[in-house]
Amino acid sequence: MSEDKEVLLEKVREFEARTGHTVDSYPGDPNNTASVLKEHRYLSEPISPENAKKQMSAMSRRGFFVGGAAALLGIFGWRWMPDETKTNLIRRTFEFNERVSQLFYSPRRLATEFPEARVTMPARFNGAEGLDEVVDLAAWRLNVSGLAGRTDDLVITLDDIKNLPRTEMITEFKCIEGWSTIVHWAGVRFSDFAAKYAPKNRDGSTGDVANRPQDLPRYVSMTTPDEKYYVAWDMPAILHPQTLLAYEMNGAPLTNEHGAPLRLASPTKYGIKQIKRIGRIEFTDERPRDYWGGPEYGYDWYAGH
Amino acid sequence: MSFHGGEAMEKQLEKKHPLAVRWLHWINFPLLAMMIWSGILIYWANPVYGIRLFGYELFKFFPQSFNEFLGIPFRLAEGLQLHFFFMWFFAVNGVVYIIYTIVSGEWRALLPIPASLKRAPFVALHDAHIVKNKPPQGKYNDAQRIAYTSVILMGMGSIITGLAIYKPTQLSWLTSLLGGYEWARWEHFWLMVSFVLFFAVHVFQVIMAGWSNFRSMITGYDIVEAVEPKHEPAPAAEEVTA
Repeated sequence: MSEDKEVLLEKVREFEARTGHTVDSYPGDPNNTASVLKEHRYLSEPISPENAKKQMSAMSRRGFFVGGAAALLGIFGWRWMPDETKTNLIRRTFEFNERVSQLFYSPRRLATEFPEARVTMPARFNGAEGLDEVVDLAAWRLNVSGLAGRTDDLVITLDDIKNLPRTEMITEFKCIEGWSTIVHWAGVRFSDFAAKYAPKNRDGSTGDVANRPQDLPRYVSMTTPDEKYYVAWDMPAILHPQTLLAYEMNGAPLTNEHGAPLRLASPTKYGIKQIKRIGRIEFTDERPRDYWGGPEYGYDWYAGH
Repeated sequence: MSFHGGEAMEKQLEKKHPLAVRWLHWINFPLLAMMIWSGILIYWANPVYGIRLFGYELFKFFPQSFNEFLGIPFRLAEGLQLHFFFMWFFAVNGVVYIIYTIVSGEWRALLPIPASLKRAPFVALHDAHIVKNKPPQGKYNDAQRIAYTSVILMGMGSIITGLAIYKPTQLSWLTSLLGGYEWARWEHFWLMVSFVLFFAVHVFQVIMAGWSNFRSMITGYDIVEAVEPKHEPAPAAEEVTA
């Protein structure tokens, strides 16, 4: 058999010398990667060059036609798609992504916490929507709507918030623009807040945040006192143990530009959702509007991490 | 034993790329293009990367002229919309390709073998006309095996680093594994650059390899010289009809 191989190899070399064509995948060649890995070659019966050319041309025409048609369909399908259809497609994609995210979401999975030394100093400022007016800290009150056992808003003070268990965390604040900073927050877990000020369940009964979160209304809406900035949160993310109603940042009370006297801080969503200077909190089963996540700006309503 | 390839100069049609591979390859092209384009729209909002040497910035990603020429500024929301739409198709296409490659046995022609690492540089030297001997070529040569396997790993890397940026809290273990959120973003960015470099070399090589090779990615077939040795002497009556 090896003698046959020698003869064949010789003939291949002779063929190469005569035609100037390199036989680069001769199966008996020990250096051939195809034979080393037992690559199988799928070869037709030998045919005349004219026949080969004819068959290839037919296949080429078909291939380029199908490929070209598919490409044109893609390009013009997108170009001629009405804006309304596009907007719907984008919205439905975000909603689909949201459902997938919710499917895998667990409140037990926590964001990494960092040592004090890693805190970004000075804290980065970005976004003043809803902070136009000068805040009168003494006059500031928090309005809470959708609570169990009442139809009007509950009005509470910062001291009422501070009377709740204090929680601190050093987490990464992530802006949807792509940058991140590490911030030391102090405040009240939203879940502690909602345990004390129980929301009204969907069936009208008193909400039990710790044990029966599935009965709660699905959303929380928050707005600045001037109502110029507003965010929407889904209940699972707002009840995450690292979602805080924060009143301190990096060891000091919140400054004006960072949302004095009370803001949201959470590594479960982008910064656009971490509203500064909260004026009103509403528990609701109706999907609330969101400043950046609305049709005007077109960001992801969910924006969840 | 007889040997074909004599005076007749007969040809053989060689099936090179299965239908599935051709579709998956060509579908991937616009998908990857959209992922890169939308990624650049997103990146613009925080353009912090560059090539630095001894504290001196040699190149900034991206120069203002580049951004303006392509109309990139202030399209973050659009970039996110496109990125989070096409990501599904990009990922599914890649997963289907990997499954197909494994099930069909195509991986045998694709994965580098131990000798590939040693021989791949000679492919490059041969391509550069420095080394005359043609390196062994199966369906792919050793450099191709490494390149095509790498690009699949890069795709996986893009999905993994992308997930780490997309869900850094729910997947905090993954984000930490990649060195944290900022590193994951850096890795995701450089994988994109690697794709662009791969694309440039790939297109160049395809042009150099010629039309027949390019056509085989569309039709699936290439025309090769009939050199396949026949194990039985050809019957005298054998005629090839057009």
